Amino acid sequence: MNRTARLLVLLGAVLLLGGIAVGATLRAAGRAAEKDRTQAGGPAVTSGAVRLSDPHRAFFRNMAWGPHRDEITAVPAGRLSGPRTASGVRCLRFHAAAGTGICLQAVHGELRDTYRAVVLDDRLHERRHYDLAGTPTRARVSPGGRTVAWTVFVSGDSYAGTAFSTRTSILDTRTGHLDANLETYALTIDGHRVHAADTNVWGVTFADDDRFYATAATGGKTYLVRGDRTARTLRALHANVECPSLSPDGTRIAYKKRVADADPDAPWRLYVLDLRTLRETATGEHRTIDDQAVWQDRHTLVYALPGDYGADLWTVPADGSGTPRRLATAALAPAFPH
Amino acid sequence: MYLADSRATPTTAGPGARPGRPVRAAVPGTVLVLGAVSLITDVSSEMVTAVLPLYLVAELGLSPLGFGLLDGVYNGVSALVRLVGGRVSDRGGGGGHKGVAVVGYGLSALCKPLLLLVHTLPLIGAVLAADRTGKGLRTAPRDAMISLASEPAVRGRAFGVHRAMDTAGALLGPLVAFLVLRAAAGGYDAVFTVSGCVAALGVTVLLLFVPGRIRSPAPGAAEAAGRLPSPARGSRPSPAHGAHPSPAHAPASAPPLRPLLRLPALRRLTCCAVLLGLTTVSDSFLYLTLQRRLGLSEAWFPLLPLGTAAAFLLLAVPLGAVADRWGRRRLFLLGHLALLGAYGLLLAPSAASPVATCLVLLLHGGFYASTDGVLAAATADAVPDTSRGSGLAVVQTGQAAARFGCSLAFGAAWTAWGDRWALALAAAGLALAAALSARLLRPTPAAGALPPRTDAPTPSEPAT
Repeated sequence: MNRTARLLVLLGAVLLLGGIAVGATLRAAGRAAEKDRTQAGGPAVTSGAVRLSDPHRAFFRNMAWGPHRDEITAVPAGRLSGPRTASGVRCLRFHAAAGTGICLQAVHGELRDTYRAVVLDDRLHERRHYDLAGTPTRARVSPGGRTVAWTVFVSGDSYAGTAFSTRTSILDTRTGHLDANLETYALTIDGHRVHAADTNVWGVTFADDDRFYATAATGGKTYLVRGDRTARTLRALHANVECPSLSPDGTRIAYKKRVADADPDAPWRLYVLDLRTLRETATGEHRTIDDQAVWQDRHTLVYALPGDYGADLWTVPADGSGTPRRLATAALAPAFPH
Repeated sequence: MYLADSRATPTTAGPGARPGRPVRAAVPGTVLVLGAVSLITDVSSEMVTAVLPLYLVAELGLSPLGFGLLDGVYNGVSALVRLVGGRVSDRGGGGGHKGVAVVGYGLSALCKPLLLLVHTLPLIGAVLAADRTGKGLRTAPRDAMISLASEPAVRGRAFGVHRAMDTAGALLGPLVAFLVLRAAAGGYDAVFTVSGCVAALGVTVLLLFVPGRIRSPAPGAAEAAGRLPSPARGSRPSPAHGAHPSPAHAPASAPPLRPLLRLPALRRLTCCAVLLGLTTVSDSFLYLTLQRRLGLSEAWFPLLPLGTAAAFLLLAVPLGAVADRWGRRRLFLLGHLALLGAYGLLLAPSAASPVATCLVLLLHGGFYASTDGVLAAATADAVPDTSRGSGLAVVQTGQAAARFGCSLAFGAAWTAWGDRWALALAAAGLALAAALSARLLRPTPAAGALPPRTDAPTPSEPAT
């Protein structure tokens, strides 16, 4: 092949590959635009005033297609499938308690997207915000509304594309004191102080404004840890616990348990741990879940599973009885803040 | 079909590489083409790397934490494949470099559309492993081609140009991915498709414009290109006797490995690369330490690799040229002193300031600029043409394995004594390794089978 022929082949390749690339992008863009149009038969969503302290309301991220996609919406607390009132605030992850909300949201920039954690007041107005180091995954507010926590995934460096870690931060909204990385707390496992570089902490759930539970992982194992903000300590209580969620009466933890004989793609089951006896109870949900469950009341768990529009909310009794039931379609990150 | 222009420069390069220009322009066209292939391929792979965490978490709802566990296995496979790739590419008297490189680049390109089809963690892990296998395969033959295409006197600069282009691609990749995602929110499939197209373009450029057999610029060719070869430099270090194995009579198998591994210069270089690699803290650990010790804000963390890459990009060519002038081994050592300086800054008490952060990243990028391509150039000096791929693979695999070992040791030291002591230990080890390497790499007159000319590029750069 002479030079001209080679250049012609190159030109042909550029046109062909460029055409495929542009075509794929346009197709995806069309699909994205479709998500902004309301889907027939979907849940009714209208915009309106939303107050976190409203005792008759529950909240979640609306995943239904249309102009209010990804907005935090209020629904009747007793009927999550009921009409949705959209707040206009878009969040990837959300939680609320006692008139305080925490919203982890994407900020679309010129050259790249970034993420921030926004502390919201009762009317979902921003009180303050913090830049995040990675992709949001978990968010919680303490029952008293004073302390908030969030977890993000951080991918370390561009040359080792498969190395991920988590970073969890706790903020005192009254004093503004931020513990940016819970890995700096003193971690104790089986009575031994652990300094491991591979330590990851995620999934905080609060007992009160100061004390909390979370998952700590090191050496390929996960632990339920009890944390103390004042003492800056994490103490392991029980192994193989991820994404804990403390019951309203403070006696039980709902969590993801990695089960040994499961498909590696679907490794987790929803369990409940009694904190006094450390006895584990499997719930009636036999599918794998990857969510930090929420307690709707003292007996009922709510969690997200993949659905047609991203995620649906499901419920199952916490005592191991009953079978799972779908509460709402196209919804994620529920909160029952009263 | 490339016999006519195995010198490669006139047909493939831009105007900068035409013969007859002053000597400064002597980065051959083949190197620029290989640089372009690397640039395009890095755009493709960094597009995927940039969106992968988000894709796994936001789109597939997978927890990426389990991912790191397989890294050790992948690293091992990648090292093995690299050795095999280097060895196989030396078959046919150098004719195999392009072939192995095409397989390596092609394998990685095929992996991009495969990402569209797999949605589970083990399968995604397998595709990424195949992608890495491709990278492992192509590195040694590509560097062999770069070294064979460029004259010994400018090899450092040639590798610098290649590494700069490569890094530019790595910086552009995330940007392209972002633009695609901005045009199509949640369009990860579009990102993978575009990435696949870009990778295919890279393979096309490689197939079309890199000659099938790269003959090193012989003295005659060098003269024709306007260079003034010194007599000492003109003779090629070819143990097979006779300057170039002619294509027609090229042996089908690669030259035996044992004599290569007995070359004192190669042994010393591998030894130093391993010694220094054992004390080279991995990027992720360095950024983690930097963030913790300099109290860096969360939002800056994702930008740290960009800082290193930018410094690498800016310094690769000038430091490559410096290596040609002052000696590649010397600069390779000096580069590690830059890394030592970065460790020192991180260890210094109360160094928390944006200036300190920038300085650490500058030193880190400078470390890459004065060691990555420079080591390849130094290896090329030590290894005969006919075993170039194998020699490069040996040195680079030794270095990669040592760095992986360092990661394990650093993690263990961190666990036992905390980040500060782990880093102090690494710094002490690096100082010791550098001192030993300085002894090992001292130019020795008439070392073994090699002509001494490769050790010390003469200070008299001809006719600039």
